[in-house]
This record gives sequence, C-alpha cells and structure tokens, in this order.
Amino acid sequence: MTAPAEVRASPGMLPAAKPRSMFRRGLEVFVENKLAIVGVVILVLIFGFCYLGPLFYHTDQVHVNLADENLPPGPGHPLGTDQNGYDVLGRLMVGGQISLEVGLAAAVLATVVGTLWGAVAGYFGGITDAVMMRLVDALLAIPTLFLALVVVSMFPPTQVELILVIALTSWLTTSRLIRGEALSLRVRDYVQAMRVMGGGSARAIFRHIAPNAIGTIIVNATFQVADAILLLVALSYLGLGIRPPQTDWGGMLNAGINMVYNGYWWQIFPAGIAIILVVIAINFIGDALRDAFEVRLQRR
Amino acid sequence: MIGFLVRRILQAAVVVLLVTMFTFILLRLIPGNVAVAVLGPGAFRNPAALAQFNAQYGFDEPWFRQYLLWLGHLLQGDLGFSWTEDQSVSSLLAERLPKTIVLVGSSTIIALLVAVPIGLWQAVRRNKEVDYLFTAASFLFYAAPTFFVGTVLILVFSVRLGWFGPTGPQGGLGADVTDWRDMVLPVTTLALVSIALFSRYMRSSVLDNITEDYVRTARAKGASGKRVLWRHVMRNSLIPIATLLGLSIPGIMSGALITESVFNYQGMGYLFYQSAQKQDYPVMLGFIIVVAIATVIGSLLADIAYAVLDPRVRYA
Repeated sequence: MTAPAEVRASPGMLPAAKPRSMFRRGLEVFVENKLAIVGVVILVLIFGFCYLGPLFYHTDQVHVNLADENLPPGPGHPLGTDQNGYDVLGRLMVGGQISLEVGLAAAVLATVVGTLWGAVAGYFGGITDAVMMRLVDALLAIPTLFLALVVVSMFPPTQVELILVIALTSWLTTSRLIRGEALSLRVRDYVQAMRVMGGGSARAIFRHIAPNAIGTIIVNATFQVADAILLLVALSYLGLGIRPPQTDWGGMLNAGINMVYNGYWWQIFPAGIAIILVVIAINFIGDALRDAFEVRLQRR
Repeated sequence: MIGFLVRRILQAAVVVLLVTMFTFILLRLIPGNVAVAVLGPGAFRNPAALAQFNAQYGFDEPWFRQYLLWLGHLLQGDLGFSWTEDQSVSSLLAERLPKTIVLVGSSTIIALLVAVPIGLWQAVRRNKEVDYLFTAASFLFYAAPTFFVGTVLILVFSVRLGWFGPTGPQGGLGADVTDWRDMVLPVTTLALVSIALFSRYMRSSVLDNITEDYVRTARAKGASGKRVLWRHVMRNSLIPIATLLGLSIPGIMSGALITESVFNYQGMGYLFYQSAQKQDYPVMLGFIIVVAIATVIGSLLADIAYAVLDPRVRYA
C-alpha cells in the first residue's frame, strides 16, 4: 500500500505525525471495504425505489380490483398483479416503506433500551447487575418469534405497536454487549476521576460509558435493523403483522405463497429478493462498521 | 470447577423461576377476563365454570397468591387445558414435542456435519474462490427468510422435479421415518440457515486457532499439515461451536415454528402458530415455559461443555 497522499504532498509543512481523528480513520477503513460500498449503494437504491418510486409510478394500492387479478408481468404491470389486482411493482414500493420504517424504528428503540439497561447493569455491578442480567437471561430463553406471536395475538397490532413489540423482544442482546463494555469502562481512570470530582452515576453513564461504547452500539444497531425487518417479515408471513390493505414485504409473501403453486411466481420473488437484498446490504455495512471501529485494525 | 457448577446451576434455576413469573405476567396481561380467555368464549354462558376456575386458580385472591397457586399447578405438570383442541396442554405437548425434537435434532446434526468441514475448508483456503463462494452462500441463506427458502425448495424439488413431498410427514413419529421423502425438504430448510451461521463461526474459529503456538510446535515436531489440521486445529476449533449451539436454541426454535408452518408439519411450532391465530393462550404460555426451560438447560450444558473441553478456561 502506498503512503497516504497528504503526507507525501506536504513534507515539512505539517507535523509529520499529526494524528488523524478516530472518525477519519474509521471512515477510511469503511470506504476501503468494497462490500460496504456495495451495501450502501443497494440501500440507497432501495430507499429511492420505495420513497421516490411512487412519485413517478402511480398505482392504486387501496382499492381491490378483481378485474385485474393475477395478471402476469406485461405492459402496464411490469411485475404483474396479485390476487387483489394490486400492481406488484407499486406494492413493492409501499410495502418496502413499512418494512424499512418498522425495521429502522424498532432497531433504534431496541438499541436505546438495550444500551441504557446494559450500561446501568454494568456500571452499578453487584446485585443490581445480577438481577438485571438474570431478567435478560429469562427473556432471552424465550424464542423471539414465540414471544412476539403471543403479544400480537393478545393485542392485534398497528404499525406503531409492531415497532414496540419487535423492539421489546430484541433489545436483549444489545444490553448484554453494552453491559460487558460498561463493566470494563467503569474502572477506567477518567471515570474514576470524574467520580472523585463529584460527578453522579447518570453523568458517568450518559457522558462517559455510552459514548465510549459507541462503536459496539452502532455496529449492533446495524444488525438489529436487519433482524427487525426479518422478524416483521416472519410475523406478516404468519398473518399476524400489518393488516390489509396496508402491507409489508412479508405480507406480500404471505399473500403470494398461496398462489405460487398456480405458477404465479411474480407474486413472491420480487418481495423475497427485496428482503434478501436489504438484509445482505445491511450485513455488509455492519461488518464494515465493525472493522472500522476496531482499533486494532485501525493501527495497521 | 464444582463451585462454578453449583453457581451456574443456581443461576439457571433463578432464570427458570423468572421465566415462570414472566409467563404469569403475560397471562395476567391478556385483555378481558382471564377465565374466559383460558376456558374459551363459551364460558360466558356458564357462570358456574367461571366461578370454579377463579376459585381453583385463586383469581379472586392477591396476585402473589395467584402466582404461587399457578406455580403449584405448574410443578405438578398441569400446564392448563386447551379449549380449541379439547385436550390438556401437557398431553398436546407429549404428542407434538417429539416431532419437533426430531425435526430440530436431525436438521442441527446435518447442519453440523455440513458446516464444520465447510468452515474448515474455507479457513484453509481463505480469500480464495472457494472461500468467497461459501461466504456468499452463507450471506444469502442468512438473509433469506426461512419460509421463502422453504417455498423455493418446494417449487424446485417438489413441484418442478417431483423428488420430494411438498408437505411434511403427516402422522406420528413413525411417519417421519417411513415418509422420509416428505421429511427431506423441512429438514433441509431448517438446516440451511444453521449451516450459514455455523460455517461462519467455524471459519473464524479455525482462523483464530491456526495462528496459535501449538500449531507451530506440532509442525516443528514433524507433524504433517493434514495431521495438524484434523488432529489439533479442528478439535480446538469445535469448542466455541459448543457454546454457539447452546446460544442458537431459541433461534432454531423460531426457525422450526416457521418451517413447520410452511410444511404443515404437525410439531409444536405449528400448533403454537395455530394457537396464536385462535388466541389459545394456555397452549402458547405452556409451550413458552417448556421451550424456555429447554433453552436454559441447553445453554447450561453448553457452558459446562465449554469448561470441560477447554482446559484453559478456569472458573474461580
């Protein structure tokens, strides 16, 4: 690898060992990762498709139109229609909006809850830690899908409630990770010094522990988005997700799978491929972020 | 080691107790009348049955008495009664659980048998074509929703080629063996996700081990590359897989629920899914307790296996 351009271009003008910021170094590692760039491009394209697409491609996704049901791809319907006569391409756009929104919102919420829970447990340690983490263990013992199914069967969900259900069943792994970070961060000198100067626990957690665990938090949040999208897809496939006429990609699969044995392949493959693309793209980005935040790799 | 064991088992017991408390909270959260939710909508017309239920489970008493009474029933193996299936939850469990164990067990064993060599091969040939190929495949199967994989497998191997049945074996445990053709696709579906996960872990575990000093020592003493790989690296790389297996149980159970629903496989997951649609709470809550206990025991065994297998691990 050649030396960075800035060093070669300006001998003597800058201090040779001017430290680059952590952010810059992280960004460089991230950008060097080709898969990460592929992931970002895929996500940008899919976001554009879902949110800008309906501006140019107008379809009726509310009124059932049985005259146009189950049309194969052709003029007027590039990806055909489903059994309610909805245009599949247009439905892919609006369905994608819900998949992406629920995934993002649930991941953010799960990350906030998990971070606070883990940071408090790890920072205080002792009996607080033991009680809080055993609770996490107990919830982790129940498979996410089983727990989510019970909750949505009790309270038939709207979009907001689905976000809550998914977030509340997926903050657990985050809290475990952050607790581990907090355990090692709380004994650092700067936290001790702040305590001696009279800083409180809240300050320690919000100003020192959470910011220093930011790498773990962000990387974990990235993977959470993928997991949240897949969980929503699973719930919708089981018929307990978003209610019609609204839909998400999982709902499209649920509707299409009943028809696919008639040979209506266009009713499941677009949504299935969209899900796979988004989840793969997010995983690429998450892997690259993990590399970018890992200090060992930064000091190459 | 004994101290570690005792503490770890106590911890597991506490977790199981918390699971029962949590399940009880879920039971109390059911909207409307718990007695009606448990006995079924018909109970509205039968005040005597409602009163008897409330007295039996103490729903007219303070909540901690209710919990203890409920826990007492639980300890006697009374998981409740399903009004939609007209059968006790424990007998439903006895009927359905073995099917799920067969499905989950066989797919996990197959996943291990496939994923371990793949991970090892990838690590040895890292950053070569083979490695990239399997990495791409594992990303793909990890990202694909289980039911989508299942449906595509049905389309290709059942509808198009006609090799295997589109639904799982119908009937008791015996059918799983006699109708093995119907068993192939459900097991494959569930195994594919596990293979994607296990092979990733195996690959990085082997890569960690390959740089260890003992590998260099063994090579220096004249052991062949093959011998070092199979005798030393492989055995040590399997240790983290034991932990991974323990941690994967809830995920595999979720996968089993979906797989069973796709293939109409009459296991526990499929019944759970049907119960969720029919709001049959006793079945759901009973199954949750059983699955959670299985998970806790699984991760306990994984931890113990880890401590036994890796002599470097010392628990104070």
